[in-house]
Amino acid sequence: MEAFPDAGIEAREFRGQWWIDVPRERVLDVLRLLKEDPDLGFVFLNDVTCTDHPEEEPRFRVVWVLTSFSRKERFRVRTRCPEEDPVVPSATPLWAGADWLEREAFDMFGVKFAGHPDLRRILMPEDFDAFPLRKEFPMEGTRSDRQWAKWVLERARRTEEGRP
Amino acid sequence: MSAPPEAPSPLARRVERSVEDSGRIFLNMGPSHPSTHGVLRIVLELDGETVVRAEPDIGYLHRGMEKIAETYGFTKFIPYTDRMDYLAPIANNIAVCTAAEVLMGIDLPPRAKAIRVVCAELGRISSHLLGLGAFAMDVGALTVFLYCFRERETIYNFMESLTGARFTVSYPRVGGLSRDMPEGWADAVRRFAEGLPARVDRDIERLLTRNRIWIDRLQGVGTIPREVAISYGLTGPNLRGSGVEWDLRKEMPYFGYEQYEFDVPVGTKGDAYDRYLCRVEEIKESARIIRQALERMPSGPISVGDGKTFLPPKEKVMTRMEELIHQFMIVTEGPKAPVGEIFWAHENPKGELGFYIVGDGTARPYRLRMRAPSFVNLSILPWLLPGAMISDTVAILASLDFVMGECDR
Repeated sequence: MEAFPDAGIEAREFRGQWWIDVPRERVLDVLRLLKEDPDLGFVFLNDVTCTDHPEEEPRFRVVWVLTSFSRKERFRVRTRCPEEDPVVPSATPLWAGADWLEREAFDMFGVKFAGHPDLRRILMPEDFDAFPLRKEFPMEGTRSDRQWAKWVLERARRTEEGRP
Repeated sequence: MSAPPEAPSPLARRVERSVEDSGRIFLNMGPSHPSTHGVLRIVLELDGETVVRAEPDIGYLHRGMEKIAETYGFTKFIPYTDRMDYLAPIANNIAVCTAAEVLMGIDLPPRAKAIRVVCAELGRISSHLLGLGAFAMDVGALTVFLYCFRERETIYNFMESLTGARFTVSYPRVGGLSRDMPEGWADAVRRFAEGLPARVDRDIERLLTRNRIWIDRLQGVGTIPREVAISYGLTGPNLRGSGVEWDLRKEMPYFGYEQYEFDVPVGTKGDAYDRYLCRVEEIKESARIIRQALERMPSGPISVGDGKTFLPPKEKVMTRMEELIHQFMIVTEGPKAPVGEIFWAHENPKGELGFYIVGDGTARPYRLRMRAPSFVNLSILPWLLPGAMISDTVAILASLDFVMGECDR
């Protein structure tokens, strides 16, 4: 991997797979370059996901996985964002498929994607009160079965009342 | 940075009426509708019989598998992957084990790779057969479904004799396979694979491919142009139906797929009929790969000899100290992943099943992300459904061939 616009960005490798760490202000530019440069041709967005590192600062890391059909290679772009301001730019202007993938990352980690047209929960209930893939969320959940049942019933009742 | 979007309101998922008193009606398709193949809910806004807006609502099967993987570690996670794409559980098992092996830098012996190829292709045949059968049934042709299930029954029997389980097989392990092929298994599978293309021609193609009703229902329905398919990140037969020649088995070969001769069927128009044809052809190509893999089946071990990742043979455990220690460590802790991260995708029947695994030096992945093909393939629905008739939505959904267990994980 070569030809990146600034010298501050360094490509790294593990098991033959390459990625770069980019400050979040530059992510969209880098993604655009990777997608639109004809020599690179990373036109396919495989995945958008997030990892949580509570003991590090900044806490969250967001990863975009790209594929180039012409080079037959994959490449990852990573960036970090702190817990107090968990915002990274959205890739929806470049790929329509980023829509659901970013909604899932928001749903699971609470990382917000600035510029996303419709950022809301996708897998969890829309009024769920936590981000389940954060490390502090316990494996067994935060509610007992009985509390869940109560919560679901209350929700159903509320939705029933709000029906037009 | 621009300001973050507002937190969603509790009822944000409710679809608001776009035009007041326009005579449009809202139809809840699902969560439990026969054509949604699981629990997918789609809120359709209809103008007469035409869909104006479609809002998919997923998550009914969300089980938090990524959290489970972080907690349990690689080996204990394998049975959970059976419950993702449950039409080809063995393909998911193989995908997660291989991703872990890529992270650990393990190279399998040739026999293990060849057996994995046979299993993955059997899974592909099984999944495509159900996809086609259910597709035909949704559009109104019940007979094909029964013929497809006759073939799938044979595959279930093969799985039973190979793995001990018919459905939730959990067959491979990180670093190898749980057991070798039983006697006579390879011959039985080869006979099945030799006869399969003719049976597909007779029982599926002759009933559907040139059937006037089938063509009328499918051609020009749910057309996905090439650029749109790439932009939405479609993979598998849905991408290839739109004319993109991208199959990981060809483009980024693993398990020695480069030594087998097979073709990648590609569509031209990207409509539901092209996706149907791609799946039919892929069944035949899979049968071809199975025949070649079984003919050239190498002999040798089915797992890496290294006792740190794979259980040592039982007779050595009982007689030797070192193997006993390895056995104890693998059973209590499991194979350890190094510090590092990888993304590895397997060409699953439904598309690219990708694993992004971050290892932290322990036997549990620090983060295991699954890029589920059904999830990404379904994200095109808000673009694809508007403009279609209600009866066409059934055909479009079936032509995308998704599984909600994998979509919601």
